[in-house]
Amino acid sequence: MFNFQTTLGKAEFENPIFTASGCAGSGKELSQFFELNQLGAVVTKSIMLKARSGRATPRMAETPSGMLNSIGLQGPGIDLFLENDVPWLRDQGATIVVSIAGESVEDYAVLARKLRAVPGISALEVNISCPNVENRGQVFACHPETARAAIEAVRRNIGGELPIIAKLTPDVTSIVEIAEEVVAAGADGLALINTVLGMVIDTNTMRPKLAGKTGGLSGPAIRPIAVRAVYQVHAAMPHVKILGMGGVSSGQDAFEFILAGASAVSVGTATFGNPMAAMKIKEELRAELISHGFDSLREAVGYAHRSEGGN
Amino acid sequence: MGINSNAKQVIAEIVSNKKVGSYHHMVFAVGEIANAAKPGNFVAISVGGESSQLVLRRAFAIYRTFDRGASGGLLEIVVAPHGAGSAWLANQQPGAKIDLIAPLGTAFGIPTEPVRALLVGGGYGSAPLFGLSDVLKNRGCRVDMVIGASTAMKIYAPLDGKRSVSSLTITTEDGSTGKTGKVTDVLREIITSNEIDIVYSCGPMGMLEAINNITEEFNLVHQCSIEESMACGIGVCMTCVLPIKGDDGQIRMLRSCIDGPVVAGERVIWNAKRTIPEGTWGAH
Repeated sequence: MFNFQTTLGKAEFENPIFTASGCAGSGKELSQFFELNQLGAVVTKSIMLKARSGRATPRMAETPSGMLNSIGLQGPGIDLFLENDVPWLRDQGATIVVSIAGESVEDYAVLARKLRAVPGISALEVNISCPNVENRGQVFACHPETARAAIEAVRRNIGGELPIIAKLTPDVTSIVEIAEEVVAAGADGLALINTVLGMVIDTNTMRPKLAGKTGGLSGPAIRPIAVRAVYQVHAAMPHVKILGMGGVSSGQDAFEFILAGASAVSVGTATFGNPMAAMKIKEELRAELISHGFDSLREAVGYAHRSEGGN
Repeated sequence: MGINSNAKQVIAEIVSNKKVGSYHHMVFAVGEIANAAKPGNFVAISVGGESSQLVLRRAFAIYRTFDRGASGGLLEIVVAPHGAGSAWLANQQPGAKIDLIAPLGTAFGIPTEPVRALLVGGGYGSAPLFGLSDVLKNRGCRVDMVIGASTAMKIYAPLDGKRSVSSLTITTEDGSTGKTGKVTDVLREIITSNEIDIVYSCGPMGMLEAINNITEEFNLVHQCSIEESMACGIGVCMTCVLPIKGDDGQIRMLRSCIDGPVVAGERVIWNAKRTIPEGTWGAH
């Protein structure tokens, strides 16, 4: 019997296919197409302290094998989110990973305190790398000190055993350095990677296409960057669990992340093209693992790192 | 009721694909979806095939649907092959299998009483208005229609569509057919002489805004089908938002795929133009 179960920190999941933060709406939109409890976990949109309008439109530009977005973390704020979204997801029997984002270290501390006693949450994704903020200085994951401060604030305030997964950006000189810093600060796992900062210029208007000028690039175009990041971090810290993501659109893509060292894989942009993408990828990954002779997902995690002499 | 609770993802066969002026009129065998679709709803279609670098669906207003009983329903759209995705779709031949999701979004509101309606379409934006016209006529409404485009080749007005309206006025900017000018040049006269009660519109945002200025002048109800760059069409990506005023007077960034595409024109903050209007919920 093939074992598809996985863990991130102390949290256990029935299968390794998650949604990616910001790519599953409130969950209700996708529930029209499949039952959310079939996912390893629903990773919620990154929720902030207060309601947020997000950035002006246009927010989206399609690019070769990908897209640029500048949503700017539109959302209802943590209080309404806890009142409406989390209970609804719980009612669906979904495994829930709540993603949070703050504008200051104090925001992260307050968000963690608001979440510490909420039942039915399996893990916390701490998004310290959203590229769609007006001030690049707010991208905590760009600097070791700010990355550490944000994760420490969550660790100190979350209490209990809720695993913390720090979401990092590849837009740094050394993602390993940032990863080591947040693990030292108390992160149990890492979400790799957030979107890559990019821009499209409209050649008709001869101005940046997005109202926010820059946006986050996602989709298959960034997959090799993501696989590289997962591989590098897993090589440096093989004991740290990784939630891999970036352009996963098939089981083979997901398998690549597992081989690089991810224990679970998030599906993001692929869902925009196909609401059933996560379900398709889950079955394809299972078949992929079995066809390569693995009895469990766990055996395959980081398999690409084995020595040259191995099989 | 859930979000898009009638929506289904199906692999639909192309039944026909005919070039009409600058456009392609395409018919898909969609089964029961045809029954659920209402005028104003849209369909999200996967383009480019398996190895495509086009990762996002394309949204098309539904032109018409037919329920053919046991043999299944038909869904029709009008495609303007502007970009790589729509050009790929327009090139697909009958028999090809297409991945589509429908019906999506809001529908045009239908008055409970027989009123005098004016339908205004820009370019292939006229397509969903013909299906709407049929529904309004069945309710006893008088239906006048205005279709405008830059040139004759871009006017979409099929014969059977023309039969479904009481009057049809065509405008082109280059004067190649109909009256020379824009749709908005003829609206005031039609609204006055035909004692119009309600205006429905579908077309480019600039045109909808100009129409809305006129409906506000006459204090008329205006239902318009809006558009904004969209990645998913099913409400998950949050890219297609527009500032829209709610019942409570609060402006919110609402998804044109879920809270639209059909919205009340008076609720749209038309002059936002690449900004978040002051007072929008969550603005900072």
